[in-house]
Amino acid sequence: MIDNGTKENLTTEIKYSSKDFATSQDVRWCPGCGDYAILAAMQRIAPELGIKKEKMVWVSGIGCSSRFPYYMETYGMHSIHGRAPAIATGVKINNPDLSVWVATGDGDLLSIGGNHFIHACRRNIDINILLFNNKIYGLTKGQYSPTSEKGKKTKSTPFGSVDFPFNPLSLSIGAGASFIARALDRDPKHLQSIIKRAAAHKGTSFIEIYQNCNIFNDGAFELYTEKESKADNTIMLEHGKPMVFGKNMDKGIVLDGLTPKIVRIDEGEFSVNDLWVHDEFDKSPARASLLAEFQELEGFPHPVGVIREINKTTYDEEFHAQINNVKKQKGEGDLKKLLFSGNIWTVN
Amino acid sequence: MKMEKEILELSDVTVRFAGDSGDGMQLTGMQFTNTTALVGNDLSTLPDYPAEIRAPIGTTYGVSGFQLHFSSMDIQTPGDSPDVLVAMNPAALKVNVKDLKHNAYIIININAFDSKNLKLAGYETNPLEDGSLEGYNVIQVPLSKLTNKALEASGLSAKEIGRCKNFFALGMMYWLYSRPFEPTLKWIKDKFKDSPLIGSANEKALMAGYYFGENTELFTTRYQVEPAKLPKGVYRNISGNEALAIGFVTASVKSGLPLFLGSYPITPASDILHELSKHKNFGVRTFQAEDEIAAITASIGAAFTGALAITTTSGPGLALKTEAVGLAVMTELPIIIIDVQRGGPSTGLPKKTEQSDLQQAINGRNGEAPVVVIAPSTPAECFNMALEAARLATKYMVPVLYLSDGYIANGSEPWLIPNPEEIPEISVKFRTEKEGFAPYLRDENLTRPWALPGTPGLEHRLGGLEKANISGNVSYDPENHEFMVRLRAQKVKNIENDIPELEVTGDIDADLLVIGWGGTFGSISEAVTRVRKNGKKVAQAHLKYLNPFPKNTEEVLKRYKHIVCPELNMGQLAKFLKAEYLVDIDSFTKIQGLPFKSSEIETKIENVLKGI
Repeated sequence: MIDNGTKENLTTEIKYSSKDFATSQDVRWCPGCGDYAILAAMQRIAPELGIKKEKMVWVSGIGCSSRFPYYMETYGMHSIHGRAPAIATGVKINNPDLSVWVATGDGDLLSIGGNHFIHACRRNIDINILLFNNKIYGLTKGQYSPTSEKGKKTKSTPFGSVDFPFNPLSLSIGAGASFIARALDRDPKHLQSIIKRAAAHKGTSFIEIYQNCNIFNDGAFELYTEKESKADNTIMLEHGKPMVFGKNMDKGIVLDGLTPKIVRIDEGEFSVNDLWVHDEFDKSPARASLLAEFQELEGFPHPVGVIREINKTTYDEEFHAQINNVKKQKGEGDLKKLLFSGNIWTVN
Repeated sequence: MKMEKEILELSDVTVRFAGDSGDGMQLTGMQFTNTTALVGNDLSTLPDYPAEIRAPIGTTYGVSGFQLHFSSMDIQTPGDSPDVLVAMNPAALKVNVKDLKHNAYIIININAFDSKNLKLAGYETNPLEDGSLEGYNVIQVPLSKLTNKALEASGLSAKEIGRCKNFFALGMMYWLYSRPFEPTLKWIKDKFKDSPLIGSANEKALMAGYYFGENTELFTTRYQVEPAKLPKGVYRNISGNEALAIGFVTASVKSGLPLFLGSYPITPASDILHELSKHKNFGVRTFQAEDEIAAITASIGAAFTGALAITTTSGPGLALKTEAVGLAVMTELPIIIIDVQRGGPSTGLPKKTEQSDLQQAINGRNGEAPVVVIAPSTPAECFNMALEAARLATKYMVPVLYLSDGYIANGSEPWLIPNPEEIPEISVKFRTEKEGFAPYLRDENLTRPWALPGTPGLEHRLGGLEKANISGNVSYDPENHEFMVRLRAQKVKNIENDIPELEVTGDIDADLLVIGWGGTFGSISEAVTRVRKNGKKVAQAHLKYLNPFPKNTEEVLKRYKHIVCPELNMGQLAKFLKAEYLVDIDSFTKIQGLPFKSSEIETKIENVLKGI
């Protein structure tokens, strides 16, 4: 019998090293793939999460990123296309004592699995979803994905795609995820810190990771990840800190009503005190939504870091609380009573 | 002056209640059924819901019906043709009259036969006047008026009073068939305890109907049906869906595994979700998923973590779950997929029965993906087959596909309630030992270990990619693939050694065997019984295990000169039997969304016997 009712301590005194989280399997991504960096970051931070490795479950769907569970020396399931959030939901409901992780890609999570993604967020089930966003279909060798920019020329769109992309951050905000962040494959230290935050968060955690596919979409995130352009094209979010960015930290974001504007803070008109101060814990989704939309605004930096973290009860908590309540009210189920209920009669 | 009325003894009666979907016919039928059960008759019921939830009042597509067959003898079906029809309006008459026996009684609510309702029902002339009901005994009761009169001082609105007329009809039928009214009075008291006004109006209507029967000159005869000689014990009237649901609760208790149901609402399977959602005090985990695929994949996740994991659906939903069933085959996780079959293809006939998902159940997946397929044959048997599904799934780490159908799911019959202490335990062992562990090790049954996340030292990865034998690592090796495909098939095939043999009943030495599967059992049995009563020899066999077939199936089939296989599809079982055993099968099929009438099978058997 497994005991699912009690919330046993996940944490451990065992000292792990990152090697303890590596399997004997050869990692088979293409040389230079961003997935390696994400795997390394995960394995490096895993010992610090305080989670016993037998309590960790990795679930994935189909795609390059979905090979991830094979490389983590934990429990795992490499499942079918798009369904990882639903399988993870079943895992978490049936044993809330487990720490459940989903490794997925933009096709897997936002196209074929879009429905499961939004419903996981809606329920706020306590799982962690890592989206490896490379804006392309890699495993099927280079078709455009639901995050590819409009006009994208690929094998399946030789004249350019005509559909608008999803904005994964906006989608997750709208669907009700309670922890939303963005990180970069090329900034492993920061990625580790974000993973750590996601692990600590109760509820659906969603991390969009900009991941380079050097074979089919090389350089898709160059502007945001490379040294020379990164500072001017990203803004590193920190809670309680004004939004300053740029190579010389001379630019900032002000909020004019509901309109964000880029200003210079070295020219006298604006100072750092005028800037929008990031509040990760803002209960209203309005500002988080504005941040999520920066990527659609001409010249705006892409925010990186924790976009939003809110506190709300999780599906698994409520699910089991209800069962426990019913047990309290009705008493533990009695088979004899159940079978001999309703309209019964005796034949002598 | 009160007449002395004759009491006539009958052995067997089929009654159908029919009215508008808002007339409360299901409730009336259920009350009549429960009371009849208490009287001790054997019985079998079949509701007939309209496709629309609340179709326009008075139209034929809004007609809801409930048929009950009760008897002093052992019976197997809800009856081919009703002896009595209670028709609350012209539409109910129009829809149902064609099914009635010659000379059947038709009790109609004459107040509903006005020109408006006749027109809504599509009658050009009044059937009560145009001679079209010749050959029937029509009894015209001013049911609405009498109900109004009985309740004129009730303080209820005209609309509310109108809703009580089904209780008037019920009371009248209680009198006519000598049933006690007390059980329904008790039920009303309990049901309407929070609205005593309505409750007491229903009581009054019921009694008014009963005394109307006693006093009216319309009824000269009253009928009685003696209790049936059922085996001793405590009984309960149960539908297939109910039996299935509590069967899985029982399996959960007997296995010590938490029951997890992942489900998306679909007719006619939703009642299982409703029923199981009530039993949270047994720790039942019901998850209403966002779609059919999430429902089954969440169940796979739950099975991975040690649940008795089931998912319920009907044909179109099973089609959506197909890929996930394949994942369960590859990961060798014990999930149970319940398909309450309905008319297909596509959306088909959601509220009508059919047996046309057998091919889908056995073969409907990409790749070589064998699963165990079982099918209960009666409503009550849905209970036992739930235990059996749980036993096989967990013992062999294999998906089990459970084929119910709309007919037995919604139909009901008396169920001899088993003593829960005598139901065998379902023994489940989880792997905890680290030494020598590999996820695809095999025991003597070819079963792989069930190692739950949370168990230290047994960390492993499952998945849909082909697995290397024993280690479970991803393998593209050609020989390994063939080995694993054959191994998974062998594991399922070997289950033939762990299931009962195919039993032959009737005249074992006959020339003719009638073989069926699933919900047609009642109709076939009744037909076989009738033919044998006429002095002819027929053997009967009914398959509850469709994959693998029982070990002696070939031997049984080859014993008979002629084999008839009645099915509610285009001959799917017949095809499997022919292909597997190279025997000739006389496939006898019906695809109307309706169960077989026993008489249809009886005629078929008689015709075949003439030719042998």
